[in-house]
Amino acid sequence: MFLEQLVNGVTLGSIYAIVALGYTLVFGVLDIINMAHGEIFMFGAFVGMLIVSKAGAPLPVAFLGAIVVTGAMGLLLERFALRPLRKAPGVSNLSSLISTIGVSILLENVAQKVFGAGNHLFETPFAEIRFRVGGVTVYLVQALILFVSLALMTGLALWLARTRTGRALRATAENLATAGLLGVDTNLMITATVVIASAMGGVAGVLVGMAFNYINNQIGLSMGLKGLAIIIFGGMGSVYGAMAGGLILGIAETLVVAYGDSGYRDSIAFLTIIVVLLIRPQGLFGQAAPGMRR
Amino acid sequence: MKRNLRTSVALACLLFSLLFLGAREARPANGAKAAPIRARIGVISILTGQGAGYGEAITDGFKLARDEINAKGAVNIELVIEDSGAKQEQALAAAQKLINSDRVVAILGPTLSNEMKVVGPEANASGVPILGTSTTAKGIPQIGKYVFRNSLPESLAIPASIGAVVKKYHVRKVALLYGNDDVFTKSGFDTMKEVSGRLGLKILTVQEFQKGQADYKAQLTRIASLKPDAIFCSALYEEGAVILSQARKMGISVPFVGGNGFNSPKVVEIAKGAAEGLVVATPWFADRGTPKVKAFVARYGKAYGRKPDQFAAQAYDALYILANALERAGAADRGRLRDALAATRNFDGVLGKFSFDAGRDVEMQPVVLIVKDGKFQPFH
Repeated sequence: MFLEQLVNGVTLGSIYAIVALGYTLVFGVLDIINMAHGEIFMFGAFVGMLIVSKAGAPLPVAFLGAIVVTGAMGLLLERFALRPLRKAPGVSNLSSLISTIGVSILLENVAQKVFGAGNHLFETPFAEIRFRVGGVTVYLVQALILFVSLALMTGLALWLARTRTGRALRATAENLATAGLLGVDTNLMITATVVIASAMGGVAGVLVGMAFNYINNQIGLSMGLKGLAIIIFGGMGSVYGAMAGGLILGIAETLVVAYGDSGYRDSIAFLTIIVVLLIRPQGLFGQAAPGMRR
Repeated sequence: MKRNLRTSVALACLLFSLLFLGAREARPANGAKAAPIRARIGVISILTGQGAGYGEAITDGFKLARDEINAKGAVNIELVIEDSGAKQEQALAAAQKLINSDRVVAILGPTLSNEMKVVGPEANASGVPILGTSTTAKGIPQIGKYVFRNSLPESLAIPASIGAVVKKYHVRKVALLYGNDDVFTKSGFDTMKEVSGRLGLKILTVQEFQKGQADYKAQLTRIASLKPDAIFCSALYEEGAVILSQARKMGISVPFVGGNGFNSPKVVEIAKGAAEGLVVATPWFADRGTPKVKAFVARYGKAYGRKPDQFAAQAYDALYILANALERAGAADRGRLRDALAATRNFDGVLGKFSFDAGRDVEMQPVVLIVKDGKFQPFH
């Protein structure tokens, strides 16, 4: 049973990790927390649901559709909720936090109007296919989720580390003004970041639908909160922190239920986070910025 | 002298009232139909705001019953319907108006147990019988001797469904699963645990979850590894349907027993085939084939264009119970009505045979249903 629960935990954790990556990318570049990310993720889940369950199209189409829709939402979010505030003089970081909260409430209400409240079935044709690996039952869905999230995380890490645009993005994250002086189109980089982060949210949404079979317009809130906790746990703005943090939280939650008391699932998971933060206040992979040490 | 005056005034009053009453109360000797007992009955229900859907079903049930009862002629009922807006203070104000200015002989409602907690004591203190048709919380009839209800509490429904499942499937070991952040699902769980103990069932594990949770795999993997004979699950239908679906996908095929929160056609709508094997107990089952139920469903459908739900059925029966008690009381008198109401035994309504127990609470046999072939069906 331990290994099966571990598989459950790793599946849950890798979904957490992808949600958290969306937060951490935007935070790394813009120094703001995008509170609308959870709702964009929720829209990705609904788009995937419509494509797979209602239209009966194959799963890759669902991923593509979710990426296109959430990417476009990211573009609009950056254009109308973030850029005007970035340009305006004397605006604090809190303003963009509030404007993204506004967007998140708007999106949640729109989802309720368009899709209706309550649970929607997310049907995948192979939900019941399972196989045994050395005495452990693994579902095809779980394997697929793991594969997609690992591919996504590796791809992102490679892109950031090896490519020219990845370097430009990291430069923008390091210092907006300097990157601009060095010839990086910072506006383009910021837009690209928000779009990529949102599209990853869309992918995560489809994965959640596949994993749990049901989605509703509240999943953005619950998953979003977990994502926020993970980026603080892993280190604000750290890509590897989000990955490790997501996996640790997912596994911790599952094991609490498996060997402890399911009533304490969230409390023990978050207690772990608090303990880690007491020992490493900057988070697992975070670097305490010199300016922050007071 | 003063004393004499008082006596004569009282005497005069008595004479006058006898004179007036005599005209109405005296039994006609020529065999014509007796004049009906005229009764004004107050209704407190949620007519506006959140929960108005319940109020609509309930008042529709009352109105249908009133028209039928009045047509029969033995009792003539006038309903005075007041809105509580699902608020305690508004429900109390409505009750005071009904008791003191409308001078009703009895009150039906209010809709919520919370409202009954404030309205019940007021009616009880004023000596007005009050009959709740949708109040299922603990301690409602215990408010006082004028407080009644005909809505089946969970503490009666759950033992019925568990008992039926245990008997049919020879259940020995069970797993319990419940939402720990909701008073309603928690109290359902308490009943399940108590009943399991009473029946000598072995509780393998107790698993908890929170409202809106999406992933139940960890809890279900643990339950599956312990191989229970049945799973008792106290959940509202939104979470319950997802749990059922994930459990069936994991290959857990044992029967599920749910509380009243699980008792909704929505479960089948959301969980589809995975809902098969879910067992619940309910006071009301519209597809029960008895002539009384068939006639009620047909008349209700004709009047309001939809199928009566549990709330409409309970309201419909409640007014009949009241009319029946009025007939036995012989007059629209609050005290006599209370005594007649408390003596209600084996009343035959659309919910089946109904009695008040010594504590004015419900005594009836709920229907146990199982989801089979995509719909709720009687469980045998």
